[in-house]
Amino acid sequence: MPSSVPRHWRENIKRYRLLGTKCASCGTIHYPRRTVCPSCKARELEEYQFKGSGKIYSYTIIRSPPEGYEFCKPYAAALIELEEGEIVTAQLTDCNFDDLEIGMPVESVIRRMFAYGESGIIVYGYKFRPILPRM
Amino acid sequence: MKTIKDVGIVGYGAYVPMYRIKNSDIARVWGNDPVRVPVKEKSVPGPDEDACTIACEAAKNSLLRAGIDPHSLGAVWVGTESKPYAVKPTATIVAEVIGATPAINAADWEFACKAGTEALQGAFGYVGSGMAPYALAIGVDTAQGQPADALEYTAAAGGAGFIVGPAEESLAHYEGSYSFVTDTPDFWRRQHEHYPKHASRFTGTPAYFYHVTNATRRMCDELGKEPNDYDYVIFHQPNTKFPMAAAKMLGVDKEKVIPGLISPYIGNTYAGSSLVGLAAVFDVASPGESVLCVSYGSGAGSDVFSFTVTEKITEVRDKAPNLKSYVGRRLEIDYATYARYRGKIRM
Repeated sequence: MPSSVPRHWRENIKRYRLLGTKCASCGTIHYPRRTVCPSCKARELEEYQFKGSGKIYSYTIIRSPPEGYEFCKPYAAALIELEEGEIVTAQLTDCNFDDLEIGMPVESVIRRMFAYGESGIIVYGYKFRPILPRM
Repeated sequence: MKTIKDVGIVGYGAYVPMYRIKNSDIARVWGNDPVRVPVKEKSVPGPDEDACTIACEAAKNSLLRAGIDPHSLGAVWVGTESKPYAVKPTATIVAEVIGATPAINAADWEFACKAGTEALQGAFGYVGSGMAPYALAIGVDTAQGQPADALEYTAAAGGAGFIVGPAEESLAHYEGSYSFVTDTPDFWRRQHEHYPKHASRFTGTPAYFYHVTNATRRMCDELGKEPNDYDYVIFHQPNTKFPMAAAKMLGVDKEKVIPGLISPYIGNTYAGSSLVGLAAVFDVASPGESVLCVSYGSGAGSDVFSFTVTEKITEVRDKAPNLKSYVGRRLEIDYATYARYRGKIRM
């Protein structure tokens, strides 16, 4: 698999921090980041830091992953409805498939997304896990 | 050693992966006695975890407790012997993840199991000299244990981060520290090798015990204290036996060691080992109580720190998950799954 270092570098902050945008005009928040607000067409957008918590909107189990993701198969891929209302696609981690259910509260963590073999770059980014029970 | 300015720890946070393998299962696979094992079980990183991801969660938890703007950090230093890249810093990834870049110093430190406390010692100096208002030091490892080797029973994963800042904001006041090193080759890993080698029993008396006891006694002499004056004492914990034996040599009561002795439940987290123990103690210590933390790193040396817990601990403790939450979150896996997750099957 060919690696595109500049492409991953450009997307680092988005993947690391769940950074989106908020429209200064109508207050709508977006993920991924936008340059024009899809709600009111305003161009004045400010950076918005998502809290990183949400719930499972829908999910599926991936048993035949694309190249580069085999190291963690099988894994769950989900649509996560963030606390702020936006829906993002992400992998679930640290979970027992039998326990997963729509509406389950989850939180974001940083994990290895994939690596370009033994010698290429390692790509990190957000995944979601069931909320850590506090003791 | 003491700093010019009064400093302390203003935030701390730990992380331990959820997977566990029982020592009895490792013993079963290699035909050894499943009863005579060094710890009950050890933590195993998931397939998408490494020293960097563990450091990121420890860093985030530290920031939650410190309540500071990440941009006010002057340094992010990661001590580890399991860097995801041989060349490329882990610390820059952690600094980017927590939003502390670009006006910051970032580096990875290496000194076997004391790389984390080495970074912490540096952080006290960096903040204590006035070069930065805050500095984050993390000790973390996903330790490598060669299949069938004695260290496979304990080589585990986990880490903890500590933010050093002004004494008036601290949850634990720094009273002094000491570093004691010699050239003692008790454990090493050569370039391009997957697994470390060790000198078996040589790792005991001339290595671990010599450095741990000397460092502790010398710092205590400087501070006019005895090791048993402290309310809590944390030693580097490669197993259960070594820290308890060190306590006995130094005249420290057993019950002062137990709250920070985590290796029986998660194994040896190497550069995270004594720092995970320190996080566990901060989870339970009360204002006014004193804490002695002693690391050990092969090669070899010890760092020792003296702290007094402040009133702030009660305000910040619950702002991030405690260590018990991570230790209690466990999913047992068998040796085959562990072998796959740890890359022990080479095709």
